[in-house]
Amino acid sequence: MRYLTIPFFLLLFGFSVQAQFKLSGSITNEKNQKLMGTHIHTNYRNVASDPIGEYEINGLSPGNLRVVVSHLGYQTKDTLVDIQEDLILNFQMVPSETILKEVSVSAKSTLSGKSVVESNLKSETIEKYSSQTLGDALKEVTGVSLLKTGNVISKPIIHGLHSSRVPIFTNNVRLEDQQWGVEHAPNFDINAAGKITVIKGASGLKYGGDAIGGIVLIEPEKITADSIHGKTIVSLNSNGLGGSLTSSFNKDRTKGWSWNMLGTLKYFGDREAPDYVLSNTGNREANVSAGVSYTQPNYSLSGYYSLYQATIGILSASHIGNATDLYNAINNQVPTIINDFTHEINNPKQEVTHHLAKINYSQKLNDTSDLEVQYAFQYNQRLEYDLRRGTSFNVPALDLALTTNTLTIDYVKRSEHWTFKSGFNGLLQNNYADPATGIRPLIPTYDKLDVGAYGIFEYRLASDFILESGIRYDFSSIEATKYYLKSRWDERGYSPEFSHFIVEDFGNQWLTKPKFTFHNISGTVGIRKTFEKNWTTFANFSLSNRNPNPSEFFSDGLHHAIGMIELGDLFLEKETSVKASFTASKTFEKVYVEVSPYLNSVNNFIYLKPIGFETTIQGAFPVWEYEQTNAVLTGIDTNFKWDIFENLNYNLGLAYIYGRDVTAKDYLIDMPPLTISNRLKFQNPQWNGFFMELQSEWVFTQQNFPFNNFETQIIVDGAFQTVEVDVSTPPPGYYLLNFYTEKQFNIFKKVQTRMGFSVQNIFNTNYRDYLNRHRFYADDLGRNIQIQFKFNY
Amino acid sequence: MKKLQVLSFAFLSILMASSCSNDDNPPVNEEELITTVAVTFTGGGQIITLTSRDLDGDGPNAPVITQTGGNFQNSTTYSGSVLFLNELENPVEDITEEVAEEAEDHQVFYQITNNLGTFVYSDLDADGKPIGLIFNFTTSNSGTGQIQVTLRHLPNKSANGVANGEITNAGGETDVQVTFPVVIQ
Repeated sequence: MRYLTIPFFLLLFGFSVQAQFKLSGSITNEKNQKLMGTHIHTNYRNVASDPIGEYEINGLSPGNLRVVVSHLGYQTKDTLVDIQEDLILNFQMVPSETILKEVSVSAKSTLSGKSVVESNLKSETIEKYSSQTLGDALKEVTGVSLLKTGNVISKPIIHGLHSSRVPIFTNNVRLEDQQWGVEHAPNFDINAAGKITVIKGASGLKYGGDAIGGIVLIEPEKITADSIHGKTIVSLNSNGLGGSLTSSFNKDRTKGWSWNMLGTLKYFGDREAPDYVLSNTGNREANVSAGVSYTQPNYSLSGYYSLYQATIGILSASHIGNATDLYNAINNQVPTIINDFTHEINNPKQEVTHHLAKINYSQKLNDTSDLEVQYAFQYNQRLEYDLRRGTSFNVPALDLALTTNTLTIDYVKRSEHWTFKSGFNGLLQNNYADPATGIRPLIPTYDKLDVGAYGIFEYRLASDFILESGIRYDFSSIEATKYYLKSRWDERGYSPEFSHFIVEDFGNQWLTKPKFTFHNISGTVGIRKTFEKNWTTFANFSLSNRNPNPSEFFSDGLHHAIGMIELGDLFLEKETSVKASFTASKTFEKVYVEVSPYLNSVNNFIYLKPIGFETTIQGAFPVWEYEQTNAVLTGIDTNFKWDIFENLNYNLGLAYIYGRDVTAKDYLIDMPPLTISNRLKFQNPQWNGFFMELQSEWVFTQQNFPFNNFETQIIVDGAFQTVEVDVSTPPPGYYLLNFYTEKQFNIFKKVQTRMGFSVQNIFNTNYRDYLNRHRFYADDLGRNIQIQFKFNY
Repeated sequence: MKKLQVLSFAFLSILMASSCSNDDNPPVNEEELITTVAVTFTGGGQIITLTSRDLDGDGPNAPVITQTGGNFQNSTTYSGSVLFLNELENPVEDITEEVAEEAEDHQVFYQITNNLGTFVYSDLDADGKPIGLIFNFTTSNSGTGQIQVTLRHLPNKSANGVANGEITNAGGETDVQVTFPVVIQ
């Protein structure tokens, strides 16, 4: 069990508020023997440990302090601490033949010298959502909302932007899972996440220059000590009469072979709104992943594979035909199809499979620099089944296979005062839209090549002042193979501009090969400064570019779920965003306040705009076209924490955004309304780790929205009547209350057992959410009671 | 560095492999597409056919509406039938057959404006509910107006009024909705 001991302990004591603080502690070796003569190096002062292994540094200013602890023959420890009071930092040194791992003890979300605030979700939060989705967990972060299609398909909206504008990285690999689609949830098992970081804005240049909204980084659980441990979580839910089982096993070694594996099963039937069953909203998931790594003092090699498989039922009542059907659905308020509860999933449904395999090699070049090379392969298959006639019933209406190869090379060079990061990445992607579906595909078959390179320089001007700047270049090329109806090609006005894309004549269709290339430069510059009296400020400016995605270029046809014709446009140009974000935070004795205003100006912002009507044999449809405008998104995220008593704390998160189409002088569609979340948490670690929390979500009515209503004609009492289809008005705001409690039990000798009990939507409130695409058809989820059993062994 | 070379070589070979496979698929064969709706009325010595033809599916061109056999006569009962076709297939595919095979999941609704006449179903599915592929149409007033023909997939056939041809509570998905201008003499 000795190896299970965390290499060092951080102990906080005293609440004395003084300008100067003391850092002290003791140094021991791996056998818990005192180590004399260890160098403790800070930007401010260097000392050595005395014969009984203790050290002391006096007169430290508040703020972040980098502490480097070194002893010949032992691994150097490098850590960043947030000095807000006198600190005791004890270090346990590990013999130096083991590899250096950067360990951070800072409990704050501001880990490295970045100039933007990152928000982290830790494993205890993630575990709460074990049977739900990645999106549900991300909603805990202030400034993140969810774009939903029903209740299982959800994706994050960061500062008002989503999908292609918010790339998601799992395990250092950019998820390529048809992420452009609003109805496409990230193909990722929430249980494989050890830590989730949200970077609001495009400052994560290492990850790409196109993250106009932000970045979600998911890392697996990282253990830096030798250990063997496992975890099993069983979740049972009342809403949907289902649950999940997830089990993982890790063997970690700081030297030599480590491995881990994880499996998850989820099984849910129809979800229920307060007043009725949401028919055909069950889902299934079966995921596995495994990793193996070999670590030596100066290099490590690792391999990882994961498989995500999900079947998701789509609310029966949301399957409609034309504008009249949509009008009826909106006006009826109650879904047209309500069947008895069942676990069965019928059409319409989605079946997605995502394989990810990667190899990662990292080499320590010398004491101050590292090189990491990674190759990743992803294969994503998306099958969407519709309600079709006859033999086609079991043929998917959409069948896309996306194959992605990525190669990344990252280099880091550290010095006392600066860090330089640089890297290269290449992506090669093929999308195959199977014509056997018998329905013209939403997006075509295409080949895509991306190449990018970046350099980031981080300079510590002083221990409390960090400057960061970076630049990135991206080249991208896409070539599609697409059949256009000649009538559509002419209506779009693609000739003569794009006539050279035409390859062959097929009766009423053209076979075309549109090809586009882009060169993009993105950059970021930021500072982080800690002032006296516990003030910290961050300021960041970033420039980013996003190329139109396949759906924005090539969409052409009927979108059944929302009864509209969606048209892409080959004339689209890239989107350019300039974002300024600022954060000020202050720590008082028992209160922490953080305020983050931001302004994001997006040129050539791509959005869907209603442009008129087209009549087909199915009736009349409003036509929405991808157009570009200049948009400005301003907003503010606020966090407030208060330790009311030792065992009781309060948390408040507030997010507000104001999105404007400055060209048309109108509001932007689908902007999250003002959201306030409150959490009151009582904990008493002495009572077997007991805690309970009451959490509220207060979502206001969105008052700022564009008017996109349209008219359609229906026959009422033997005469055609013009009616308005209200697709614009956001639903009224709502207030939900959730409860969660957890306690540890000593049932088994070697197993730590915890039991969690939670109730979501305690009062079974009827509500609809503006950002749920099914808000036209049905109420959102009613009460859910969940019981969780967690075993750590 | 040797490993690096191996890796980049591997990456390049994948690049080559995937960029060489460029077999173009044929255009999607839209078997289920309904391009044409033809409603035929027989009665009073006439055979009147109303046709709506949309050969570009969900493309921008509107359906073309034609009428043959002259105008309707007042106070006349016509026996009617409807045909759904995919004229892009060769030979032309008769989708009416598929609708008839899945009679319980389909219903055709007929609506007429200005009280020019009434429609009465003359067929039943296995559950004893109307399908609407054949019907009787009786004219009751002279004048001009419109007939709207709607094919619903998976309607709620037991909902109030649906068996009498009222569409209001039917629900389901609209597969076809066409409107014909008519004159009753």
